[in-house]
Amino acid sequence: MKILGIETSCDETGVAIYDTDSGLLSHELYSQVKLHADYGGVVPELASRDHVRKIVPLIKRTIASAGLSSNEIDGVAFTRGPGLVGALLVGSSVGRSLAYAWGVPAVGVHHMEGHLLAPMLDDNPPPFPFIALLVSGGHSMIVDVQGIGQYTVLGESLDDAAGEAFDKTAKLLGLDYPGGPLLAKLAEKGQPGHYKFPRPMTDRPGLDMSFSGLKTFAANTIRACDGADQTKANIAYAFQDAVVDTLLIKCQRALKQTNQKRLVIAGGVSANKQLRATLQDLNRRKGIDVYYPAFEYCTDNGAMIAYAGAQRLLAGESEGLDTKAMPRWPLDSLQAI
Amino acid sequence: MVKNEFVAHSEDNTKSIAIQLANVLIQQGLGGLTFYLNGDLGAGKTTFTRHLIQALGHNGNVKSPTYTLVEPYEIEDIKLFHFDLYRLADAEELEFMGIRDYFNDNSMCLIEWAEKGWGLLAKSDVEINIMIDNIHDDNRLLEFVATSDAGERLLSALER
Repeated sequence: MKILGIETSCDETGVAIYDTDSGLLSHELYSQVKLHADYGGVVPELASRDHVRKIVPLIKRTIASAGLSSNEIDGVAFTRGPGLVGALLVGSSVGRSLAYAWGVPAVGVHHMEGHLLAPMLDDNPPPFPFIALLVSGGHSMIVDVQGIGQYTVLGESLDDAAGEAFDKTAKLLGLDYPGGPLLAKLAEKGQPGHYKFPRPMTDRPGLDMSFSGLKTFAANTIRACDGADQTKANIAYAFQDAVVDTLLIKCQRALKQTNQKRLVIAGGVSANKQLRATLQDLNRRKGIDVYYPAFEYCTDNGAMIAYAGAQRLLAGESEGLDTKAMPRWPLDSLQAI
Repeated sequence: MVKNEFVAHSEDNTKSIAIQLANVLIQQGLGGLTFYLNGDLGAGKTTFTRHLIQALGHNGNVKSPTYTLVEPYEIEDIKLFHFDLYRLADAEELEFMGIRDYFNDNSMCLIEWAEKGWGLLAKSDVEINIMIDNIHDDNRLLEFVATSDAGERLLSALER
């Protein structure tokens, strides 16, 4: 079964085709492609979230790059929520309408389920069950994943996402926004022992996180410092150390509490070298198997939606023509398949 | 022009100021009101907003809307929208998220980094300025400035 997946929950327009027999056939992100042909040679600079103008050229391109024609698509999956209602409406109405026109079933997918199942696109997918740490500019959550649709959110950020704290602290340090990766690079030049940042919410039980206070702590530290390059590097080091250490403490707690042996780390922050090295060390120290989806499936993309939708269509799910976008949609409310 | 100033020495102080504002809002009604929140990164705009939304009756988290741009809440029959326009490169991007649909008599909007949406947002009723005290960096100066008749009515009630 060849499933077209469409992701438009926030900034990115992503489209992909997943084949339940042979895996991912094509995968395109608008932000990374040049659609010369579709615009007769001139590519206008389209604004973020201008999904309306991006989506049809991107779907055409994705079908073409898979070497298919539209009558070979067996089903359509689209992100139904959570996200920006205006953005979700574009993907869901285009996706549902195409499925109707092609006479194939359609299914609305939960954006976070897409992220949780993204490691299944890997050559070496983790078997269920596993603990997933999802850390990005928009999300920080720890989820107990027992199977498709069987999710328990064990903890999440009460305020800022981990990636957002990175980006904003980078800005406070005078780096460009979003500067999370630049901050990580600056931290490589930093020395330990100069600054000590708090580890928010680690002194009490539970798996919820809070990164807003760390940003304010950084703002105060930067205001009081001498502004020298080495000082800034030391602050970047101490900040990153605090975030990584906090995430490590929370992951260890979650693994212990659920008695699980597998950890999946996804989301844009999973590219952070320090985080990877620290969590990878859980393998040596505790025998935990640690998995990361390929980076291109960590950030928002259509491939994860095509995959998750394919699993739900295979299980016989599909929906009527009265599709509704769901800007708020609790992950725990999904049905197991 | 009605203006109220407060000094908060701790997050608990900030919370009690938010509760005072929430009480007046509940008395006068939330519908149709727009607040702009101004202040540097880390000043505490989201913290103040969290306490305000919770004091208005929302049980649960108030997450930063920086990534999602807007987080929706329901306060009885009013939809409350918490915006953060920090990531906008161009105000035009607001059109693609259907910004006009958010402002009406049945909604209340709290907007951080409103200057990034210049020209496309509803006018404010009250501007909330949050400043970090240069000497005691845990202290916050909170300033409420009325910018419409409805804002004046609201802040006049707060003064008493």
